[in-house]
This record gives sequence, C-alpha cells and structure tokens, in this order.
Amino acid sequence: MTALLSLSGLTKAYPGVIANDNVSFDIGPGEIHALLGENGAGKSTLVKMIYGLVRPDSGTMMLHGEPYAPPEPRAARASGVAMVFQHFSLFDALTVAENIALGMENAPDTVDLTQRIIEVSGKYGLTIDPFRMVGDLSAGERQRVEIVRCLLQNPKLLIMDEPTSVLTPQEVEVLFHTLRQLSSEGTSILYISHKLDEIKALCEHATILRHGKVVGTCVPKNETAKSMAEMMVGETLRTPKKHYTRHGAALLELHNLWLQSKDPFGTNLKEITFNLHEGEVMGVGGVAGNGQDELMLALSGEELTPAHAIQFKGEDIGNLGPNARRLRGLLTAPEERLGHAAAPDMTLSENAFLTGAMRQGLTRNGIIKAAATRNFARAIIEQFDVRTPGTENVAGSLSGGNLQKFVIGREILQRPEVFVVNQPTWGVDAAAAADIRSAILDLATNGAAVLVISQDLDELMEISDNIAILSEGTLSVPRPAQGITIEQIGLMMGGTEVENV
Amino acid sequence: MFKLERRPTPSKAMVVLTPVLAVVLTMIAGGILFAILGKNPFEAIRIIFWDPLFNETVASYTRPQLLIKAAPLITIALGLSFGYRANIWNIGAEGQFIMGAVTGGAVGLAFYPTESVMIFPLMVLAGAMGGFFWAMIPAFLKIKFNANEILVSLMLVYVAINFLSAMVTGPLRSPVGMNFPVSRNFNEYPSAYNGELIANTGLHMGVLVTLAAIIVAYILLKHHIFGFQVRAAGQSPRAAKFSGVNPNITVAICLGISGGLAGMAGLFEVTGPAGKLSTNFPLGYGFTAIIVAFLGRLNPIGIMLAGLLMALTYIGGELAQFQLSVPAASVQVFQGMLLFFMLAVDILVNFRVRIAKKEVA
Repeated sequence: MTALLSLSGLTKAYPGVIANDNVSFDIGPGEIHALLGENGAGKSTLVKMIYGLVRPDSGTMMLHGEPYAPPEPRAARASGVAMVFQHFSLFDALTVAENIALGMENAPDTVDLTQRIIEVSGKYGLTIDPFRMVGDLSAGERQRVEIVRCLLQNPKLLIMDEPTSVLTPQEVEVLFHTLRQLSSEGTSILYISHKLDEIKALCEHATILRHGKVVGTCVPKNETAKSMAEMMVGETLRTPKKHYTRHGAALLELHNLWLQSKDPFGTNLKEITFNLHEGEVMGVGGVAGNGQDELMLALSGEELTPAHAIQFKGEDIGNLGPNARRLRGLLTAPEERLGHAAAPDMTLSENAFLTGAMRQGLTRNGIIKAAATRNFARAIIEQFDVRTPGTENVAGSLSGGNLQKFVIGREILQRPEVFVVNQPTWGVDAAAAADIRSAILDLATNGAAVLVISQDLDELMEISDNIAILSEGTLSVPRPAQGITIEQIGLMMGGTEVENV
Repeated sequence: MFKLERRPTPSKAMVVLTPVLAVVLTMIAGGILFAILGKNPFEAIRIIFWDPLFNETVASYTRPQLLIKAAPLITIALGLSFGYRANIWNIGAEGQFIMGAVTGGAVGLAFYPTESVMIFPLMVLAGAMGGFFWAMIPAFLKIKFNANEILVSLMLVYVAINFLSAMVTGPLRSPVGMNFPVSRNFNEYPSAYNGELIANTGLHMGVLVTLAAIIVAYILLKHHIFGFQVRAAGQSPRAAKFSGVNPNITVAICLGISGGLAGMAGLFEVTGPAGKLSTNFPLGYGFTAIIVAFLGRLNPIGIMLAGLLMALTYIGGELAQFQLSVPAASVQVFQGMLLFFMLAVDILVNFRVRIAKKEVA
C-alpha cells in the first residue's frame, strides 16, 4: 500500500533554532496518525510545511506518489490537505458563515453555505449558529467553526492541532466517531494532541518529535500514556499527588452573584453562590461559553458587581478593581495567555510587572523599580522552568506552554490567599501541565484556596477536592470529587446538546 | 524578487535607523521634485537643510527661528505621543492649540492694562485649561458614547477656527486695530508678553516649558507606572484592564495631557512669536506635530530631534521660497513626504528584506 503522504528528510531552520531536523515518516490512506511532542518540539513547523505555510529548507514530500511542495495553503487545500489550527485564524468582525466562506475555494452562496454549515455541524455534533459574530464566540465555539470549515472541504488529509481541548467528553466521543468514520472513508488524519489517552484511543500510529527530530514511532494501543509521555519528554513524568484535604475557614464567598454579560452573546451569571475554604481546590467544569469568562472577570475585578456579592475573608470586595483585590490576596490567571494574561509585545519583565506591581511593591512613588522587577521576572523563570533566553524577551516569543508556566508562576510567586485560574493547562505539554498542577496543589497544601476553571475533566478530577459545573451561567452545588464519574459530569454539562445528535 | 521576512524580535537598530532613512528618502524624492520644477536639486536641499543653520548671511534671522518653530511642535507632539501609545488618536491638537491661545489670551487681555507678575502665569494656566477642556469633549463623548475621537477631535478644529474668528471680530477685537480682525498686540502689554529671554536666540518661556516637558515625558514613559500603563493599554487593552488599568481614565488622561500641552503651546505662541490673535494665527502646528510625534517614534528624545528637523524644513522651506521661488506648497509636500516615508520604512522594524531565490519545485 503506497503512502498518502510521505515525508523524507524535511529540515527547516530558523535563526537560532533548527525547528525540524531530517524528519521522515509516512501516513497511509485512511490512517489516523498521531504527532507527539513537547511544546517547541517542532510539531507546528512540520504541519505548517505540510499545509504550505512554511517552505522546507531541504527534504521532499510526496502526496499520492507525486511530488508535493505547496507554495501556499491554497495549493495545499487544492490538493486535499485541510487543517484545524490550535490558534484560531478567524475574523472577529465577521459572522461564522462569512469566516467559513473566506477559507473556501469557490464558496457557495450564503444560503447554500448556511445550509451546509447547519448540516455538517449537526452531523458532527458541533453546534454553531452561522449568523453569530465570531468575535462574540468563546474559544470552544471558535474551534468548532474551524473544524466545520475543514470538514466542508472534504479533505483527503485532515491535520488537527489540539482539536479537543475545549470539548466535553461526549463531544470528544462524537468527534472521534467522526474521525474514525472519515478514516474508514479513506481520509487520513494527522492528529496532534497532548492528551495521550486520546491518542491511545484514536490513533493507529504515532511519530514522536523531540527538539525537531523524530525520536521514535509507536503503535499507541500497545503503549501506556505514561510510556508515550516519557518518550516525548525524554524524562520520567512527575505525577502530581493528591494533597491532604483539611479545609479551614472560608476565604472567598460568593453570595447570589448576578452579572449581566457585557458581550451581547455572552452568558449572564445567575445566582452564583459558593464558599471556598483554606486549603481547598475547587474545580469548575463545563463547556466553554457557559459563563466561564464572565465568572473569571467578576472574580478578577475586571467586571464589578454589588460589593456584597463577593466577600474576601468577610470583607465585601465586589466593587473593588483588580489591584485592590490583588493587594488583599485574591489573584487570578485568565484563560487567554496572549493579550489577556500577558501582553505579547511586552518583555517578560514588563509582564511580571503587569500584575506584580502592587503586591510585590515594584514601584516607589510611581517610579518602576527596574532591578526589583527584573529579579521578580527572573525568579518566575527559574522557579517555574520557563524556557527563554532571558527576562527581556517579549512574551509573544515564548511557546504556549512556557508562557503559561510564566503566567501561573507570576501569580503563585505572589503568594495568593485565593487563586483563581481559568484553563491552567490548555495547549500545554504533559510535562509542563504536570508542573503547573503540582504547583497549584502545593499552593493549596500551604493553605491557599484555589478555584480552577477548566474544560479538562481529567485535570479537575486529578486536582480538585470539590467539583461544580457551570452551565448556562448557573453553578451547580459543589460536590466532593471522590465518587463522581467523568461520565456523570459530562452528561450534566453538555448532555442535551449531544443527545440531539 | 524582494521578499519580506518577519524578524524573530523587533529590530532595535531599525527603530533608530528608520527615521534617518525616512529623512534621506525625503531628500532624494524632494530633490527629484525640485529637479522636475527646473531647480538645482542639490542647491535646494542645501538651502532647506544647511543654510538656515550655517549660512551666515541668513543665519542671524533663521537660527532663532529654529527654537521658535520647534518648541510648539515638540510640546504638542509630546502630548500626542501619550495618547498614540495608548491607541487614543487625538488628531485635533490644532484646535486645542487655538483654544489655548484664545482663552489664555483673553484672560490676559481682560486685565489690560494692569501690570502684575501674576498675569502671565495665570494666562499660561488659562491656556492649558482651554486646550484641556477642548480635548475633554472628544474624551467625554468617547467614554460615554464610544464616539470616535479621531473624527470628533478633528471636527473640533474647525469649530475652534470659527470660534477664533468670532472672538477677533467681536469681544477680543483690538480697540486700536482700525477694525481689522485682530486682538490687541501682546508686545504692547509687558505683563502678558512672552518675549525672548536672551536676545536673538529665540529662547522664550515656552522653550523652557518644552524642555521641562521633554524631561517629564521621558521619566513618565520610561520609568513611571503611568507610562507603563499607557503602553500596556495601547498594546494589549485586555491585558491592561486585567492589570488594573481603567480604560476610561486612560482616555481622559491621554486626551487631557495632549490638550493641555497644545493649549499651553498656543498661549506661548500667541503672546510671543505671533504677537496677537488673528484669523491668520493657526499655522498648522497641531497637524505638523502629528508628523513630529511619529517621526520621533513617540519617544521624547526622538520627538525633540524630529521637532527640530521639522522646524528646519519650515525655515528652510521659506528660504527656498524666496531664493529659488519654489511654490509655498513645496514645504508641505516635503513634510508630507517625511511622514509618508516614515510610515513606509516602519515595516523594517518588524520585517527584513530578503532577496528571494527562485525555488525549484
């Protein structure tokens, strides 16, 4: 059987780094092939070459036995190669249908296209409204748009970069069903994910990259998640240990919090009430777009609420801004690393200052203490193993996982009494995710209260004492994590959508 | 074929080199322009860039003009640079400049002929307030109704010009001006006159204020949390808000600073170099300062150098006008080309030019 796509000796160097070094492997027709590797291992560069975004310095590709060197993505799509990106390439100011039309050759007229979007999204359980503005969609919904856009093109090879990070377990099941169906119809899939269990469940072959080189291939079914992770990182994986659960006084109390979302398509928060105690890790699960962003904004102080709705150690703080809350000990880390948690064009020092200025005392009479700020940034980089040449590099130059470690480290080093974090390990490789989770657990062990908002249920199960589900702006009563099954939670959070399939 | 390739990090060298490159390209394009007009391009460039400073026959007049012209440009551009860094686009500094001159001038004239050392400081304050409140109109409308500050501030320039006309043909018209639409001459009113502090240098009070403004702006931008917040608000509005920067307050402060400085510059101009309020008072400094702000890369030191350079093109342009009899518009073309080339070569900060090899598929 000849390979659908055959890569041989692909090499691509950027100034200062060899992103891909002599990479060779084959993808058979209808094969689901996993590409594994840490952040910065060269996965993105490799798929960009296949998709025509980057030209290899040397090496060749063969598609259907013919030489294949797409000069641009349009040519790749014409050859039947489609890609779902990890970072969305969508225009905020256009509707879902317009965005999809832009990514298609010979897009049908709006009525036909809308009809096809509804068909495809219904068929694969990826509910989206073609008339919504993309700017108003959550991260999870945007990803659905990307997936549907590719599926409309009937690709021969579908490249998926972290496609499941914002889906519920049931939606993942449906997606896997879809992918297997596509595969049985002869479409090959190149599947990039950090979730090793998914790869084990879905993929027939895996190619493992480290530092731009192929370091191994395996049949995921014959491996364990741990053994694959070890091949990937080249070191033994640290498993976070569940901390001892002894809860003290309530540090953060929410009393009947209502919040009207500023976004016309956002989700209003309704009657959110819970207490978060010393030493407790509470997980908030739920599908993206059910009020996670709004809850985060209300807790960080970016959106103000009636003073009494949020209490920190008995004090009303609902009407206080972000810095007043930081000074009291309530620290937050939002989901979106670039542009929200960190400013991409600012250096790591400046980004350390961004939230550390007040609590770390990095100013004197308004003048920034440059040395103290650099030291704070350096401490974050060292203690959280952020891989970067130095504190004066811009945040945008870091890989997703490294920047996430920086963002989480920045807050943890400020010794929060209450720490709220949204999607702590989204798009982060296994080793970095394990580090971040154990840092969160250490924080709780030392007496802080932690609220983790995440769509990754495995993660919530692993680190939470209590789990609550946010659904259409309403938070369920928190329950002890022990004894809940992942299936139960999944049905609670997204059941109705999936049942319609 | 040329190909643009994104640099891994923005080039620090290009941040400094691109303004120089823009000036060189302007000289070349300007030279071609003069050649087409039938003038010797080298002579024209020399007259514009060299003679005002070093040709002894004209320098006694032109050298003092350098500070006189540069001071208002730099003062206004410094104010604008805060807003531009925060993505707040005050295009109406010309209007704030005029309103500063009118309100500050009116306060002074109200005291005529009382002499007191308190009058001039009071006028400066009133001038700053005039510009400040004129800039608060777009600020208020932006905060309250999300009105576009570019359009509002620009349109207010024309309101200000008409307000000035109404004032000099009405309440502020000089009783000794033979019914011309001009105010009383400030050099006939010592307490309100902004004269040269050292003769034949062009150094007046406004120049000192400009120097102070450069230093304060430098400290604010480089070392103060306010400058940091302004940059954060411009580069990543959501990250800035997350860090505790209130976007509405940023809008108000940035427009307020630029309005106040423009108003002050207007007051120094009307009480000194211009001498009186008249319908001919607006010279376009408020618009030229936009070029100065960008040419100086929104950096206080850069703005100082850009302001001096732009003043030179004003003075040299005038020289070229009567020595070579080129049209007056050629100065504006020259200044326009500077901004044009500046914006064009700006791409070199983030990209580098590669000569692409033909790749064999």
